[in-house]
Amino acid sequence: MEPRHPSGALALRAAYAARDVRPSDVVDAALARIARLDPDLHAFLHVDGDRARAEASAWDGRFRAGAADGLPPLAGVPVAVKDNMCTRGSPTTCGSRILEGWRPPYDATVVTRLREAGAIIVGKTNLDEFAMGSSTEHSAFGPTRNPWDRTRVPGGSSGGSAAAVAAGMVPLALGSDTGGSVRLPAGFCGIVGMKPTYGRVSRYGLVAFASSLDQIGPFAFDVADCALLLRTVAGHDPRDSTSANVPVPDYAAALAQGAGGIRVGVPDEAFGPGVEPAVASAVRQALEVFTAQGVQVEQISLPTIDAALPAYYLIAPAEASSNLARYDGVQYGLRAASDDLYEMYAETRRQGFGAEVKRRIMLGTYVLSAGYYEAYYLKAQRVRTLVARDFERAFSHVDVVAMPVAPTLPFALGERAADPLQMYLSDIFTIPVNLAGLPGLALPCGFHNGLPIGMQLVGRAFEEATLLRAAHAYEQATPWHRERPPVAAAA
Amino acid sequence: MAIDRATVDHVAHLARLALTDQDRERFAEQLGRILEYCARLNQLPLADVPPTSHVIPITNVLRDDTATLSLDRDEVLTAAPAHEAGFFRVPKVLEGA
Repeated sequence: MEPRHPSGALALRAAYAARDVRPSDVVDAALARIARLDPDLHAFLHVDGDRARAEASAWDGRFRAGAADGLPPLAGVPVAVKDNMCTRGSPTTCGSRILEGWRPPYDATVVTRLREAGAIIVGKTNLDEFAMGSSTEHSAFGPTRNPWDRTRVPGGSSGGSAAAVAAGMVPLALGSDTGGSVRLPAGFCGIVGMKPTYGRVSRYGLVAFASSLDQIGPFAFDVADCALLLRTVAGHDPRDSTSANVPVPDYAAALAQGAGGIRVGVPDEAFGPGVEPAVASAVRQALEVFTAQGVQVEQISLPTIDAALPAYYLIAPAEASSNLARYDGVQYGLRAASDDLYEMYAETRRQGFGAEVKRRIMLGTYVLSAGYYEAYYLKAQRVRTLVARDFERAFSHVDVVAMPVAPTLPFALGERAADPLQMYLSDIFTIPVNLAGLPGLALPCGFHNGLPIGMQLVGRAFEEATLLRAAHAYEQATPWHRERPPVAAAA
Repeated sequence: MAIDRATVDHVAHLARLALTDQDRERFAEQLGRILEYCARLNQLPLADVPPTSHVIPITNVLRDDTATLSLDRDEVLTAAPAHEAGFFRVPKVLEGA
């Protein structure tokens, strides 16, 4: 029997303060739900129930003692963290055999910030190996299933975090997004997810995939909770030299301003023949909701958007091939037995990496190798400039660009696993945003045959608040964020 | 655009990655198809476009030269596959040593 509690973080925090419910009750319920649903959904790779219960019990006492106003914003709120962010002394596998059993000697900055904010980290979530994938099928420990339909993928690579929130196991989770890995699973699981501006959130302790693109972002049921989690983890960190020294606004206050005055641009290119009619129609209807709210919606053009995907599949693997050179059997994780150094390296990496990771290491090594650098990598970097200019031009007359998160509905497990290019196409609308370093937010905008459809809002660098305001206003006028998959109903 | 086996072997050597025969065949075919897809970039007029390696214009981020605690050596070594006397232990590196 799972008792009913408020599902969101802000609502939970208010209920703790009013002493309607205790953090222990909520953590127990979260663990019970994980025990019931996760053998099938497989959102988690590790759950630390004992530690979560102990922390919850400590928060019980502090709420009982009164003065809840003095307690931090996520006090006693359970959260989940993607398993590519370091948690000191507890497993961090990146969904890879090569890091199986490794326990990091330090916490990622986002993990430190979550703990300082009072959050209880209940576990680490499943992902495509080293965050390379769009379906969470490339995890070495088996795929995650979509809570809306267990025969379909949850999106990836942060599929475990998205599924954990959508199934009501936790109200909040962190993911990472290199080419869409927060926004795609948020869209496929019917929840809110955001990739902040490059540099907004510290990546110290995030296991690197493609360093010029990687960014950590929040998942939540609704925009207000997403804003709360972003505010908690955002901000400059001297330990990450790419983290920007830009003030973090009070996002909750920004939400109250409404969407008045925001201009939304809609790129023609994002509604072409490759987009499923149900997706295009749901996003078009969402734009009508904006119009009805007095938001000015106009047509824009992103002419280079088609070139973003091929450019990304040169840049990201190139950076990955360099970043993943560190898995050599010396400092952490797996080591294949051999007396010969070269053989130890090569055999460790053969045994430790899965097919998609090997494919990207090979591709990246090839495009960076002598004689090919200018033909591929340098060319892709020039395309990156064009993609960024497309957005710059758009943002000279609109504040937000709206388009689908993905061209299709969540696809079936196994459907694209054998064809890498088909899989890569899922990220056609999310990748340009990473190349330009801009913030992007995914939110639910409808359903088709019981499957969620996501809309993506993209903004100027460091203007996450504008996206949150627009998304919040949309949410106030629509019911989608209150929909829950049938499995999330209390048992 | 096909990639031949010799190129696959060369790249695998650079990447320190042992391949099975099946990998070799599959990667030759798949990498060829991905690169062919990426070749569509050749249709864009790029000659006068500067490359972007990084979206934020930052260079030489420095910090104050003050000593802080580093990671605990024993904790780091405990997480390694093999260590000895305060060092990572690896197979013999120097010939004849």
